[in-house]
Amino acid sequence: MSEPVIKCESVYKIFGENAETMLKEANGNVDAKTFQENGCIVGVNNASFEVSKGEMLVVMGLSGSGKSTLLRCISRLTDATGGKIFIEGQDLLNLNNKELIDLRRNKMGMVFQSFALLPHKTVVENIAFPLQIKGINTEDSINKAMDMVKLVGLDGRENYFPRELSGGQQQRVGIARSLAVEPDIWFLDEPFSALDPLIRKEMQDEFLRLQEKLQKTIMFITHDFDEALKLADRIAIMKDGIIEQLDTPANIVLNPATEYVRKFTEEVPREKVLLIEDVMDSTNTEDIGDLKVSKDEIIENVAEKILTQEKTVAVIDNNNNIVGSINPTKIINTVFGGRKTNN
Amino acid sequence: MELFKKYPKLFQWIFLLIVFFALCFAIDVPETYKFIRGQAEFVKDPNQSTFVFLGKEVRYYAFDVFWRLPPLLGWLPIWINDSLFFLMNDWMPMEFWNEDTQEYKTRPLVLQITRNLTAFMTFLIELIREILLGGLETIVAFTSWDWIDANPWAELPGLPWTIVAAGSAILAYKLGGRGLAIFAGLAMTYISIFGQWKPSMQTLSFILVAAPLSFIFGLSLGIAAFKSKRVEKALYPILLVMQTMPQYAVLVPALVLFGVGDHAAVIITMIVAVPPMILLTLLGLRAVPPEVIEAGRMSGCNNWQLMFKVLIPTARRDILIGVNQVIMVCFSMAVISAFIGAKGLGFNLLLALNQLNIGLALEAGLCISLIAILLDKMSLAWANKQVDYFGNLNFFQRNKNSLFFGLIMIVGIALAYFGSIYFKDGYNYLFEVPHNKGISTADFWNKGVDWIFDTFFVYIKAFNTWLIVEVLQPMRALYLRMPAIATIVLVVGAGYLIGGARSALVVCGLTLFIALSPWWDRALVTTYMATFGVIVSCIIGFTVGTLCFQNKHSTKFMLNVCDIFQTFPSFVYLIPVMMLFGITDTSVLIAVIVYATIPATRYTIEGLRSVPSGLHDAATMSGVTKFQRLFKIEFPLAFPHMMLGLNQTIVFALFMVIIGAFIGTEDLGQYILKALSDKKGAGIGLTLGICVAFIGLIFDNLIRTWVDKRKKHLGID
Repeated sequence: MSEPVIKCESVYKIFGENAETMLKEANGNVDAKTFQENGCIVGVNNASFEVSKGEMLVVMGLSGSGKSTLLRCISRLTDATGGKIFIEGQDLLNLNNKELIDLRRNKMGMVFQSFALLPHKTVVENIAFPLQIKGINTEDSINKAMDMVKLVGLDGRENYFPRELSGGQQQRVGIARSLAVEPDIWFLDEPFSALDPLIRKEMQDEFLRLQEKLQKTIMFITHDFDEALKLADRIAIMKDGIIEQLDTPANIVLNPATEYVRKFTEEVPREKVLLIEDVMDSTNTEDIGDLKVSKDEIIENVAEKILTQEKTVAVIDNNNNIVGSINPTKIINTVFGGRKTNN
Repeated sequence: MELFKKYPKLFQWIFLLIVFFALCFAIDVPETYKFIRGQAEFVKDPNQSTFVFLGKEVRYYAFDVFWRLPPLLGWLPIWINDSLFFLMNDWMPMEFWNEDTQEYKTRPLVLQITRNLTAFMTFLIELIREILLGGLETIVAFTSWDWIDANPWAELPGLPWTIVAAGSAILAYKLGGRGLAIFAGLAMTYISIFGQWKPSMQTLSFILVAAPLSFIFGLSLGIAAFKSKRVEKALYPILLVMQTMPQYAVLVPALVLFGVGDHAAVIITMIVAVPPMILLTLLGLRAVPPEVIEAGRMSGCNNWQLMFKVLIPTARRDILIGVNQVIMVCFSMAVISAFIGAKGLGFNLLLALNQLNIGLALEAGLCISLIAILLDKMSLAWANKQVDYFGNLNFFQRNKNSLFFGLIMIVGIALAYFGSIYFKDGYNYLFEVPHNKGISTADFWNKGVDWIFDTFFVYIKAFNTWLIVEVLQPMRALYLRMPAIATIVLVVGAGYLIGGARSALVVCGLTLFIALSPWWDRALVTTYMATFGVIVSCIIGFTVGTLCFQNKHSTKFMLNVCDIFQTFPSFVYLIPVMMLFGITDTSVLIAVIVYATIPATRYTIEGLRSVPSGLHDAATMSGVTKFQRLFKIEFPLAFPHMMLGLNQTIVFALFMVIIGAFIGTEDLGQYILKALSDKKGAGIGLTLGICVAFIGLIFDNLIRTWVDKRKKHLGID
């Protein structure tokens, strides 16, 4: 397997005056309460994970859970208090200022919750900004920025100022700006949280379309569990700076690691999250009917077909090989069983 | 007892007032006390007491300590003076290379530094002045007098006024479009036709040096303060004092350090103009949202790019207000620095005022105001300018402005040449309309003033007398009747009730400084004039602001009016009042009222505007009438903001009271003016300036503390 693009080894971020000495004394056993008594606030507590190329890791947590802080450690907008971070094998925390700037100019892009557009620049100038910072001349950078304007569907508005755009349009500019330098790694810090629900859904679809085309390595921060389920390859759920569970959406829904995670998963409509593969019986490939479904289908999309069958249904992979089976009872159990009823 | 528990603050205030009045009545006026022979006169008099401190002998009239404190700080001006002279003449003598005599000479360090600075400033001013008006100095600076004698052709000819006028119109067009271009062209033409060209260009060259330098210094110091807490802490007290320091007071020590002339004026202007620029830069940079900074960092900005491409443009609004302030201060200093020999419109204005030639003063004042408004609008347009990347322009379209300017140059020179043939023996009107040879409306205005005076003399006189006898004199007497100890108790008590022990301590320190200086009586007179001005200004400003706020159009109109009035140099306000009321306290006070009403009105409108619209709707839905809404919702919420307006009103009023010394008052300003012509005036001027600044700071501290508390209480920002 190739080297992970982002790799974190027990990263800590602690705010406060003598955070570093306290961390050393704690010896890897950081307790938020004792730290708080000593005037320190724990932002990120022992985060270790990897993100491989082309993968989208969604970090989910409520406000104050340290998810934004974690992202800022990895983009080195703040310096981590302890631990190691590797970006494509480079030790991030040991880069000097020039190397860091180089890394940001060529490898990283970031989208912000409040859009963070420069108010004095037009749409196209905002998008061209990272290019011009790199030293690309005006004409080339503007041309490139115009391509980006088209990519995010803002043609015709390139000379508008941010204040003249709606929230969704502003975030499109933010996205275009972060993509202008063609970064390998894409950070998104709650990019859609400030938008209306309808616009948010539209932007999520747009985002998925872009990602399908661009195949970036992504760290996506959100406080919306549904958003996380919809977008993620893997989800990390954070609470009080600790990563409670890091797994695929299906596994998180099926096997919540802690009580906290389970609370999130309770209300999730499973048929919308789980794939056939997650619930199929891979041992039984005998005695099956004529209907075949792909293992990568979401249950919701094929449930009706399966439920109208009397026999067990065959599950196939991309090469049309039968890899398992699923019967209607299993579907009914998945959708209605195991979920706590409140009344 | 119930009531006492319900309104504890109210009773505390009542108690404070009772103590104050008790002290006032308990302490009698000493029989020897006379205002005119106040303690400030350094005339030897056998009735005076003396004390010696740090080797300086201080003379003063001794009174009961409760009535007036002895001037224990009387040695301070003398000491400042001596230190300044020591610095200039004896401190750190060093060898310096002298260009003229080609040898090393021993000179004190500070003297050398100030002389070099002076030479540099003079060069800059002369450079611009000679481009506009012609002359020798710049060429001489690069060559020598001998060379210029041998090559008389090298003298800069100066630009004909036609070229400058058309050039500024083109520049204005490029920056701000047609409207601004027409204004620029008309303003310049007006100045030329009315024979104010030379002094106007002199003033302009002064501004074009002082304003950019102040901007650069203010911006860099603001950035430094933003980057380093230590720098900020070091700058803060200076900024605070400079904000309320009258501009006159800075003139005097600068006179000692830099001598007389335009260069000294530029340096003083910088000293006055830089502090507000620093404050506004800092304010703007602080307000940049953290995510924008992070976006800049993630775009790969280095520190330099982050500052100049992200932070400063994002903080543009506040920085622009700073630029606006710088330009305002520069113009107001352009007049005031005429006192120390700066040339230009200010000098003419001052001369005309001295001769009571109101017409001439009006013309000069109008020119200053026109240039001020023009520069203000142009700098604003420049900052808001956009680049068009997509216009597919050919060479001509892209360079049309420069081409047009080239054309104008040729036409202008041709015209000037033609003029030199046409106006054979007189003045070449197409090159420069000489001073006093243009159209002058001075006579018209003077006659107008005479007519007004003749016609309304009785009424004006009656009003004047009534105001002085019935209002001003009693008020002044009341202020002077306060025993020093009672005043201090009142001020410190107010500080304690508003801001607790800390505030009380600060206010106490500031008051004690004034009380222990030799000018307590004069400070009381300054305060009385300022108080009167502030009260009337506030009544007018709050009323006008509230009325204008009822309608969107009138709100906008009023804010524009405030903008334009604010651009007028402060001295200009003295012209019309002198026209009507002559040389009396009334004139000064009316100028104060007009000048100080601007911030009162502006802040009232902005305060009312800052009330959230949700509350409006909520109030309307509760079924309030317009008046109820105004008094129950809008006023209470806008009040903190309006109090900041009061703060500004006080500062403006103090400035104008001090400037009013020119007309003739008997307060601190008069003494600053006297110090200007006193060889040993530097220390006196500076100490007096600090006294005025402290009066401002006492109110500033009280009001700000109150506003902060109130805002927290109301949960606004």
